[in-house]
Amino acid sequence: MIKISIKKELFGSQKEMMLDVDLEIQDGEFLALSGVSGSGKTTLLRILAGFEDAKGVISVDDEIWLDAKTTLPPQKRAIGFVFQDYALFNNMSVLQNLLYVKKDEDLASHLLDITELSELKHRHPNTLSGGQKQRVALCRAMMGEPKLLLMDEPLSALDSKMRTKLQSEILALHKEFETTIIMVSHDPSEIYRLASRVVVLEQGLIVNEGKPKDILLKTSGSQKFSFSGELLDIKKVDVIYVAIVAIGQQLVEVVITQDEAKNLTIGDTVELSTKAFTPMLSSTKQ
Amino acid sequence: MLEVLSALDFTPFVLSFKLAGLTTLILFILFILCLPFAWWLSQTKSKSKPIFEAITALPLVLPPSVLGFYILVILSHNSPVGGFFDEYFGIKLVFNFSGLVIASCFYSLPFMVQPLQSGFTSINKNMLEASYIAGKSKTQTILRVALPNMKPAVMTAIIVSFAHTVGEFGVVLMLGGSIPGETKMASVAIYEMVEIMDYTNAHIYSAIMLLISFLVLLAVYIFNQKTRAIGQLR
Repeated sequence: MIKISIKKELFGSQKEMMLDVDLEIQDGEFLALSGVSGSGKTTLLRILAGFEDAKGVISVDDEIWLDAKTTLPPQKRAIGFVFQDYALFNNMSVLQNLLYVKKDEDLASHLLDITELSELKHRHPNTLSGGQKQRVALCRAMMGEPKLLLMDEPLSALDSKMRTKLQSEILALHKEFETTIIMVSHDPSEIYRLASRVVVLEQGLIVNEGKPKDILLKTSGSQKFSFSGELLDIKKVDVIYVAIVAIGQQLVEVVITQDEAKNLTIGDTVELSTKAFTPMLSSTKQ
Repeated sequence: MLEVLSALDFTPFVLSFKLAGLTTLILFILFILCLPFAWWLSQTKSKSKPIFEAITALPLVLPPSVLGFYILVILSHNSPVGGFFDEYFGIKLVFNFSGLVIASCFYSLPFMVQPLQSGFTSINKNMLEASYIAGKSKTQTILRVALPNMKPAVMTAIIVSFAHTVGEFGVVLMLGGSIPGETKMASVAIYEMVEIMDYTNAHIYSAIMLLISFLVLLAVYIFNQKTRAIGQLR
């Protein structure tokens, strides 16, 4: 079990804030860290990795990583880290990247098999695609057989198709090695697919935590569909008003009344909800 | 023409290259010293960093005569440093070759440290952190991850230090004088030839220096272009 109880003053882009986190993580748990940028997610990961210092205690099983007397350096912590920008060693081949962590050819070829990279093992990172690079980085992080795997928005630089593929591979690795994982992510669908628990940080504090289903499904009462979006425009068409709302990557038009239009300002974050009794769901696959 | 060439005394060139070779060798040994220093400069957030950066860059802006003068003062047998070497090792450090080597090391220090520092700075920090997480020490990380990923910077540091020392003039004159076969470098020889209006030899010497300098620089840039191309190909 991992126990975290840390404090650190942060000088964010807007103002100073206190990162103050108390967290217990069970062995084999897959925890997602969510929250707006600047809320301290990455800093928390970096403190866990030992790249930044903080006041407080971090203990993993019966090993102390951080307390008033000791600060274990990153080298001595049994962790793996997957960076957003892959951070592969460009001077080494795929296989050498893995063996640099630990000279264990069997484990390396096993990991490369799982992630379907075996054929690329003698290639250099610069010749690989983003998705391939991140799979190599994932394998490299698993080479040390870490007790704790930290991932800082590992899939955010990839397109959605590649993201889905890597999500399955992360799940497969998690299942096989039962590594405890903490992943920073903004993507609700990713969190829902992968994580068993989600922790939401805001201004350095935990403001919400629980099962992804409870945290991420934002419907309440009798509303069945509810989306949060940004109000882009309000147009008057004859006697009605039409609002243009951006929900994720998609724009939708909604009819609103004059009273509603009065209370809204362009740029607002709005909640769009409806009662749907017979929603239609059809595949868009070609 | 041939007669002129065969009568030409090449000792100053031999000396220049001997000095440059030795200085680069010593700087390369210093490289091992410069490396942690350049590394520290690239990683530190300390407030004293500008002071060390300024000191390192001093030889770039100081008139060589000023630099030469101070080194002369420090190395002469009247100073504690020069006196110590004279008394205990019987080595005189001014107006001879060993003095020049020491002076060149100071003079060429920024040409070794600065490319290395910018090389280290350009390396993706996450890559270094990934190496720490793999359990590797700072030394291992520098040798196996940082240096191999900044080959052009290492190459530039070594070659430019060498070339710069070949072209040294002011410090050499201040510290070595112009003793034939001992401290009379190519640059000093050219100066003297012009002074006595021996333009023929001055031309030949200068042309040789020009050609060598150009070839050295060309080699550096070709190397850098190739490593970059390989980096992209991979």
